[in-house]
Amino acid sequence: MSTQDTGKAIDAQLSRRRFIKGCSMAAAALGLSETMVPKLVEAAASPQRPPVIWLHFQECTGCTESLLRASHPDIGRLILDIISLDYHETIMAAAGHQAEEAMQASIEKNKGKFICVVEGAIPTKDGGIYCQIGGRTAMDILADVGPKAAAIIAIGTCASYGGIQAARPNPTGAVGVRDLIKDTPIINIPGCPPNPVCFLGTVLHYLTFKRLPRTDQLGRPLFAYGRKNHDQCERRPHFDEGRFVEQFGDEAHKQGYCLYKVGCKGPQTYANCPVARFNDVGVWPVGVGHGCIGCTEPDFWDTMTPFYERLPGVTIPGGGQGIVTGADSIGKKILGVTAAAVGIHAAVGIGKKVIKGNTSERAEDK
Amino acid sequence: MAQRIVVDPITRIEGHLRIDAEVENGVISKAWSSGQMWRGIEVILQGRDPRDAWHFVQRICGVCTTVHALASVRTVENALGLEIPMNAQYIRNLVMSLHALHDHIVHFYILSALDWVDVVSALQADIGKTVQLSETLSNWPGNSANRFRKVQSKVQSIVDSGQLGPFANGYWGHPAMILPPEANLMAVSHYLEALDYQRKADQAIAIISGKNPHVQNMSVGGVTAAINPDNETTLNIERLYWVKQLAEEVRGFIQQVYLPDVIAIGALYKDWLQYGKGVTNYLAVPDMVLDTKGTKFDLPGGTIMGGDLGTVKGITSFNDSYFRDNVVECIARSWYDGDWTRHPYEEDTVPKYTEFQDDGKYSWMKAPRFQGQPMQVGPLAQVLVGYAQGHELTTKYVNDTLSRVSSLAGAQVGPEALHSPPGRHLARAIRASMLADLSIKHW
Ligand code: SF4
Ligand code: SF4
Repeated sequence: MSTQDTGKAIDAQLSRRRFIKGCSMAAAALGLSETMVPKLVEAAASPQRPPVIWLHFQECTGCTESLLRASHPDIGRLILDIISLDYHETIMAAAGHQAEEAMQASIEKNKGKFICVVEGAIPTKDGGIYCQIGGRTAMDILADVGPKAAAIIAIGTCASYGGIQAARPNPTGAVGVRDLIKDTPIINIPGCPPNPVCFLGTVLHYLTFKRLPRTDQLGRPLFAYGRKNHDQCERRPHFDEGRFVEQFGDEAHKQGYCLYKVGCKGPQTYANCPVARFNDVGVWPVGVGHGCIGCTEPDFWDTMTPFYERLPGVTIPGGGQGIVTGADSIGKKILGVTAAAVGIHAAVGIGKKVIKGNTSERAEDK
Repeated sequence: MAQRIVVDPITRIEGHLRIDAEVENGVISKAWSSGQMWRGIEVILQGRDPRDAWHFVQRICGVCTTVHALASVRTVENALGLEIPMNAQYIRNLVMSLHALHDHIVHFYILSALDWVDVVSALQADIGKTVQLSETLSNWPGNSANRFRKVQSKVQSIVDSGQLGPFANGYWGHPAMILPPEANLMAVSHYLEALDYQRKADQAIAIISGKNPHVQNMSVGGVTAAINPDNETTLNIERLYWVKQLAEEVRGFIQQVYLPDVIAIGALYKDWLQYGKGVTNYLAVPDMVLDTKGTKFDLPGGTIMGGDLGTVKGITSFNDSYFRDNVVECIARSWYDGDWTRHPYEEDTVPKYTEFQDDGKYSWMKAPRFQGQPMQVGPLAQVLVGYAQGHELTTKYVNDTLSRVSSLAGAQVGPEALHSPPGRHLARAIRASMLADLSIKHW
């Protein structure tokens, strides 16, 4: 063995160890037992990487962008080691007919075997002319590619249920994949965008068991959407004890109290945000002081708005202080009020001010 | 006889774009740029609570997401005449600048580099020479023989597998790809490292904003991030220092890898510094706000007309009438009902599709104009309006970058070379370097 080969072997061993660790983490995230790890490893490292065709329709690419933020697996490992991303307009080198050719070649070779990911809604009004790619409407492309896939993963609320473009008055007749495709297995990974672990967990589950994970009635995998944010929220004790933020920037806000009265939609939102957290820095929107907007729920752009009004039909628990009066009168007060503020003559920089202890003034005090 | 070339889809962008060109004797004589999708967000927003608008508007684009959110809250604040507390301005400045760091890294490495870098040619690279090349450009610790060897064998295994994935059908081996194999290998190695560093920028944003893409900490009037050094759920010292550390790590990558790479591309593709000027009217808005009213900034805005830096005119506040009064949009070529040019305050958005009409309507995009002229926007515009106004930080980075391009190219390269495709990349890397410094200043 030449020195170079030895180096490679060691390197391969090392990266394999790291890889198995990644698979163990994925198994844990999916709620699988340790005995499943070898199966996951085998699935994720099989010599022929499973082909994936990723279609973009009416969308903002935020779902794709969320994958760039993923850590386990990270995007490099995902597309170089785990799957073969044969068509993805945001990433692929080819354009125009060369891109189309790459898609056709993969579909032909992998008919019935590839995973089709859909990002974005499909406009159906006026023959679907509101979204065209390579001269074909999104409707045509989905009708052609979808049924040839082994399974379809609808990533994001757009592909799952129509999303933002389907909000009132839905000017383009936007719908989700499940409204158009009936005979291919579909799983929905809603969120705007979803946490990448929900998507990646589904992919690894599929590669491991050769079937999609169990879902709820809205087609969402239970491992990620089985419970309400409200039931997993670290601010829940404040809700139960009646300690509420009345407006952003008040003392209760600075104590990390419950955001229900400033519009949090956690009580009606099925998602894993407080458990999985985002961007590997232990955060989620409620954690940094903004209410949940309900983005994993169908039609949330209509049913969860106005975002800063309290959700109707939620019983506020009895005891505790802070809930006696004004529970119904919040809302407009939020406008123009904000987190702690300081005078304008201090040195530039937020961190520097906190260090100087110079954050307690409010905008009104100046 | 002109030959018609249609490129549809244009890839490595956000959205659905089709470009048509007519080519005569090897020269493009006519071209059309056609947006192929309409979602109707302008229509959907009507009648909604203005405090909610930024959540909707942010979903226009998941790549540049944050700036749409900021533009929206600032619009409502403008209408209400609100002043924004200084702490909230700084938090917004941090989110905006850190997002730009992520964005510019992704724009170059993930969205653009494959137009300049031949991935397959990296297989021919000599490892020792790659190390030498990288050391002439910077002292980045990631540039090691071991790393380059590992990356080369990764490329080899992808090629051997026959599953090229996103690299299938690229212009590998095309004679216009002129980088030597060593430069290609170095660039592929940096492509993979870029994936890690763009993520760090996002992590810094998420600590402040709860998640990203699509931050969730803005509000009309300020931000919803609570600051309290004595609480575990708020922005406290531990969280703030985490943001700073991540920002510093990303600044290292930008200034020691991204900027030098783009300088090398500019020098090695020096013929390209003479083509592709496009529209040389420029428009950039100011940002990195330094007061509660939005009248003082660390990143200047303004306009330049006809490529003449002497024409520079500043845009100096969020209420600037020179900017506000001169913007119009035109739908003569767009699939909307009518044929008007109007100020945004007077517009409507009534879709009316026709087929692709070469001399009529052919796109879902409206055409924005400033004083009736098309304008180039983006990092080059920002850098040029700053440079033309003698902004210190911009001038420093422009002069330094151009002198490094000149010495590598062995020819004098001046600011006029920035009106070009590699020039736009240089400007983006300059803007990223500036915003890396400014994000730490505004920390
Ligand atoms: S679900 Fe949200 S993030 Fe994903 S494409 Fe739709 S608008 Fe963008
Ligand atoms: S209302 Fe929101 S902040 Fe309050 S406990 Fe429920 S999820 Fe948490």
